[in-house]
Amino acid sequence: MSLLEVKNLQVRVEEREILHGLSLTVNQGEVHAIMGPNGSGKSTLSHVIAGKPGYEVTGGEILFKGENLLEMSPDQRSAKGVFLAFQYPVEIPGVATMTFLRTALNAQRKARGESEFSTPDFLKKVREVAARLNIPQDMLRRGVNVGFSGGEKKRNEILQMALFEPSLCILDEMDSGLDIDALRVAADGVNALRSPDRAMVVITHYQRLLNYIVPDVVHVMSKGRVVKSGGKELALELEASGYAQFEDAA
Amino acid sequence: MNLALAKTETGRALSDAFAVARDRLPGAGGVADARRQAFDAYQRAGLPHRRIEDWKYTDLRVLMRDVLPLAAAPDAAALTRAGAALKLHAIAGVRRLVLVDGVFAPGLSQMADPEKGLGIRTLREVLEAGDSAPPAPLFAADTSDAMVALNSAMMTDGLVIEVADGAVLAKPLHIVHIASGAVPAAMFTRSLLRLGKAAGATLVESYIAAEGAKTYQVHDSLVVSIGDDARLDHVRLIEDSREAFNISSALVSLGAHAHFNTFGMTSGANVSRYQAVIAVAGEGSRVETNGVNLLNGRQHADTTLFLDHAVPNCSSREIFRAVVDDRGHSVFQGRIIVRPKAQKTDAKMMTRALLLSDQAEADNKPELEIFADDVTCGHGATTGALDESLLFYLRARGLSEKEAQALLIQAFVGEAIEQIASDGLRELAISAAERWLAARG
Repeated sequence: MSLLEVKNLQVRVEEREILHGLSLTVNQGEVHAIMGPNGSGKSTLSHVIAGKPGYEVTGGEILFKGENLLEMSPDQRSAKGVFLAFQYPVEIPGVATMTFLRTALNAQRKARGESEFSTPDFLKKVREVAARLNIPQDMLRRGVNVGFSGGEKKRNEILQMALFEPSLCILDEMDSGLDIDALRVAADGVNALRSPDRAMVVITHYQRLLNYIVPDVVHVMSKGRVVKSGGKELALELEASGYAQFEDAA
Repeated sequence: MNLALAKTETGRALSDAFAVARDRLPGAGGVADARRQAFDAYQRAGLPHRRIEDWKYTDLRVLMRDVLPLAAAPDAAALTRAGAALKLHAIAGVRRLVLVDGVFAPGLSQMADPEKGLGIRTLREVLEAGDSAPPAPLFAADTSDAMVALNSAMMTDGLVIEVADGAVLAKPLHIVHIASGAVPAAMFTRSLLRLGKAAGATLVESYIAAEGAKTYQVHDSLVVSIGDDARLDHVRLIEDSREAFNISSALVSLGAHAHFNTFGMTSGANVSRYQAVIAVAGEGSRVETNGVNLLNGRQHADTTLFLDHAVPNCSSREIFRAVVDDRGHSVFQGRIIVRPKAQKTDAKMMTRALLLSDQAEADNKPELEIFADDVTCGHGATTGALDESLLFYLRARGLSEKEAQALLIQAFVGEAIEQIASDGLRELAISAAERWLAARG
């Protein structure tokens, strides 16, 4: 059984069809890259998998560990092991990062019927992960993402990924707004989380990110479909020739 | 015209209630005369209604349908029920002063061993002392407001607290109003707090009900004078039963270089109005008055603040938050008056409302009346819903819809709660907000 199976997915946003029969299969332990020009539907795919409201699925299905993902609320999907690292993580003033992390982790554990973490155990775990990601303690006391730089926001997403231990991570344009140093730190954080039990879907516009997070499979999306799939060399090919050839193909 | 208005059904019933209760009310002579005058003042003004600007959103002719009989002194059973309710709201390390059904309950209170400089008597004691002249501030309170005047006429008990010059109380005072609620009844209470020069105190007021309390009415007033260089930290938590009616007023005056940090939260009662009149009468004083309304069902809560800057070089801050769900109705009125002499006044007010349902209503009315020309004053008001993108982010991290809302609501009201200067008092307010969120399910 595959971890994630997207079959012939059709999605509308306000009467406009964005995904026209997209299929994608991701197995445990694999890292997939989804590349494509702006407007090809990459972010829509990530939002629909995570359960963001505002999208109407008009056809197809998404199975996660064999279960119908589309019937689950966003929080149920999260508890099942789906994690979306946001392209633009939101700022939540007044909610301390630590409080947020503990509430989220315990909500997921509770939903799975696991016991909640005690405060000392939780603090120990967060400190360990934060130290690995170069996240200073004072950042954890501040409001979620409030006043964080672009790089800090992305590191905060990776911190959550490390803490929640999801089985599927979707990284939506993780490289946007990051300089090369920040990108390297974030990519190192992601690479540390690669594991045979975990799959990743890396959505990106540029090949650059894939120098740091090397994928097993590369998909090219255009106009709401996957138009070509291949190995990591496909990304380099795209870098040289651009997306134009696929726009015609689609 | 006002006389005519007073003779609505409710108005007439109140006149009858006063006539019936008069002989049972403590105090004779000068006190009885003052009561009569106060009742006349009430009658002239009549029950406040929507055509009186200050009461525009809280029309008592509509919202106060019944006049309930004056509550009887609590019997043993009532005190037992009150004691049980008290356990849930008891705060460690305070001096507790309990009023049950508007009557001081010595058995539930801690009057013994007052700290040096602290004097506490009951209002009943003071009224019955037979002084030909009752303590001036007892009746000198603003009688231009009908409900304060009514309170003056009918008050039965309360606490009269004096903190001597230079005395800084280590233990907070906690006045707890408990409705035992076996039968529908009205209670009229008044408390006085006088802080001498350079004195310091912390006052918490809680309004609660015994389990299963029937409908009841709370009419309360607090008269405070803060001496020169004195400081009062004050928190008021209205957690009355959902069938209760609560009209309470705080009348506060500050001397020079005094500091008043006050916070009020209304999460209980069916209909409530908390009105504070704060007179900044001494130079160099500071006032922070903040509050939160947390409402659902069909609750109506009105918080009305009048801040009167009469002298130069004072500052005031008002931060107010309302969270309204279902068909709840929140009212916030904040008026800041800066009189001609009050140069260099620094006054700011910000009120924000969060509506959780399509039928929720919030009326925000900030007003500045500035008669001095060298001041820094500002106000703002916003109303909105929870941010969908924040809700989705939290839900994508595993929080249920209610949990995500609760976290965002806590953050929203936190902006007002964090203005509370003392850590302990802040915790009290946070707990009260959590109780409301937990009851929401």
